[in-house]
Amino acid sequence: MSPAAAPSRFDWHRLALWSVLLLFAAVFLLPMYVMVTTSLKDMEQIRQGNLLSLPTSPSFDAWSKAWSHACTGVDCGGLKPFFMNSVVMVIPAVLISTLLGAINGYVLSKWRFRGSEVIFALMLFGVFMPMQVVLLPMSQVLGWLGMASSLWGLVAVHIIAGLASTTLFFRNYYVGLPDELVKAAMLDGAGFWRIFWRIIVPLSTPITVVTLIWQFTNIWNDFLYGIVFSGADSKPITVGLNNLANTTSSVKEYNVDMAAAMIAGLPTLFVYIVAGKYFVRGLTAGAVKG
Amino acid sequence: MGALSIRNVRRSYGNVDILKGIDIEVEAGDFLILVGPSGCGKSTLLNIIAGLDKPTEGEIHIDGRDVTHALPKDRDIAMVFQSYALYPNMNVAQNISFGLEMRNVPKAEREAAIQRVSKMLQIEHLLDRKPGQLSGGQRQRVAMGRALARNPTLFLFDEPLSNLDAKLRVEMRAEIKHLHHKAQVTTVYVTHDQVEAMTLGDHIAVMKGGVIEQLGSPDDIYSRPASRFVAEFIGSPAMNIVDGERAANGFASHGIDLALTDAQRAAVGNAHAEGILYGLRPEALSFADAGLPGTISLLEPTGPETYVLLDTPIGKMMARVPGKVHQQLGDAVHLAWQARDAHLFDAKTERRVAGSG
Repeated sequence: MSPAAAPSRFDWHRLALWSVLLLFAAVFLLPMYVMVTTSLKDMEQIRQGNLLSLPTSPSFDAWSKAWSHACTGVDCGGLKPFFMNSVVMVIPAVLISTLLGAINGYVLSKWRFRGSEVIFALMLFGVFMPMQVVLLPMSQVLGWLGMASSLWGLVAVHIIAGLASTTLFFRNYYVGLPDELVKAAMLDGAGFWRIFWRIIVPLSTPITVVTLIWQFTNIWNDFLYGIVFSGADSKPITVGLNNLANTTSSVKEYNVDMAAAMIAGLPTLFVYIVAGKYFVRGLTAGAVKG
Repeated sequence: MGALSIRNVRRSYGNVDILKGIDIEVEAGDFLILVGPSGCGKSTLLNIIAGLDKPTEGEIHIDGRDVTHALPKDRDIAMVFQSYALYPNMNVAQNISFGLEMRNVPKAEREAAIQRVSKMLQIEHLLDRKPGQLSGGQRQRVAMGRALARNPTLFLFDEPLSNLDAKLRVEMRAEIKHLHHKAQVTTVYVTHDQVEAMTLGDHIAVMKGGVIEQLGSPDDIYSRPASRFVAEFIGSPAMNIVDGERAANGFASHGIDLALTDAQRAAVGNAHAEGILYGLRPEALSFADAGLPGTISLLEPTGPETYVLLDTPIGKMMARVPGKVHQQLGDAVHLAWQARDAHLFDAKTERRVAGSG
């Protein structure tokens, strides 16, 4: 009977592991739970003050108000215009900064030239530079370029600010690709761009996904550049959310605030869920490559 | 005019000289081996021929055309890399035809080239696979197929067999020799393996420290090594070399007279050398009833022959005797050899003593 008894033996290690993991998961998920439940409640139930209770009559009224007719300052058109601004901003900014990062990484790893390591070191510096440092000079430059207070100015700022990290990601990934691939392609008659598009880019899926997620999250969630460089009708979702939550009316509508926050957060959540498996794979790809 | 002409090629990185003046002429259809220990500059020289590296000085001519500053793609060469460098994102057929596609060869011709090459290398059944799904030997074949597809004027091989296991290496070596015999394309082949060098090459350039120690046919290199380095580098087990000096009747080492032919004696007499090195290949030694006495200190049977290491009054000697050896460790034996099998080198310059055979 002794072998059969083995599985039922109490395993302290496993219990401790699960307890700690479940505790952490609860800590991380609790705010999310509160947000979702609160956004589905009506004001009547919220006033009762039980933060953790489930909504008695769940409705999406708060969501629809947050989306289309909540007041952000004097406008009462909801988050929709801000959301659209963010979408129009984030797509070109993410794609262009990722593409430029890939090209930079390709040059800095496979077409080294005198001084390329210095340039890479300087670009690395950009990763650690606080965003606030560039605010004044950047607004000056945007003014000269005639892009101040426009969505395109904001796109340009995000592309430039993102280049340091995207270059770093791609450069470090491409260092792991054998140089002989490039040499073989050169002998086969391919030039700089053909090697890039036909050989390098098809091998870049994991790091591209990582960079896309990284850039999407950063740009979508950015508040500082959004509030400093945007104009009256080019404010991104984060600024919209802030305005919505800070607009004082007679009653503080927590359900609308929570729904608005969920709306602002859903796209990044969506990106992580769709591409998360590539994210982990991409981050570890460098480690397992010989 | 040769198919490949390397003229006084030098390459230095900073103040480190990797190549110190290389001159080689290769005839059309010739199979040239560049062999030497790591760091001798053989791979740098190959990269310079391919156009992947630039010489600091000197010229490269391919087919009578100065290509010193030409791009790799304009040199009409194909190269097989040590790591094969197959494009992981393309299947075998695409790998083979990529070079043709880049040169805007029409699709029908590309298909024909894929068929021709895959048939020649027996990889027809692999055309749809990705390199990741192939074994080492199959990758090696595809890498050669990619090089063959373009019908280049010059083939370059950079240690192509060093990633294969021993059995496959012997097979592929034979295959490369066979292919070269069929296609007769001028080939430069870099290796550090002296067996590959001896079996494949029409000519061998033995390199050391950025210079060519000796350039010649395999027979030249083996039978008349130009220096002590070449003598010891080519041949396994390595040549036995003992030092000694002129003696009354020719040559002596540690007080023991060693035989010389008349020609060798004259050469030693003419040489202005202080000391002389006396070299004997292990297969030149045989057991005899009389001769140099020695005791057996190691027996290494390989099957067809046995390597026997002996302690003798002139130092340790390795003998390579056919078949099995019935003597035991510690047994006393005598070694005999023909004087004409001896190789003489100047002890100071380590060059072969002129006229010594």
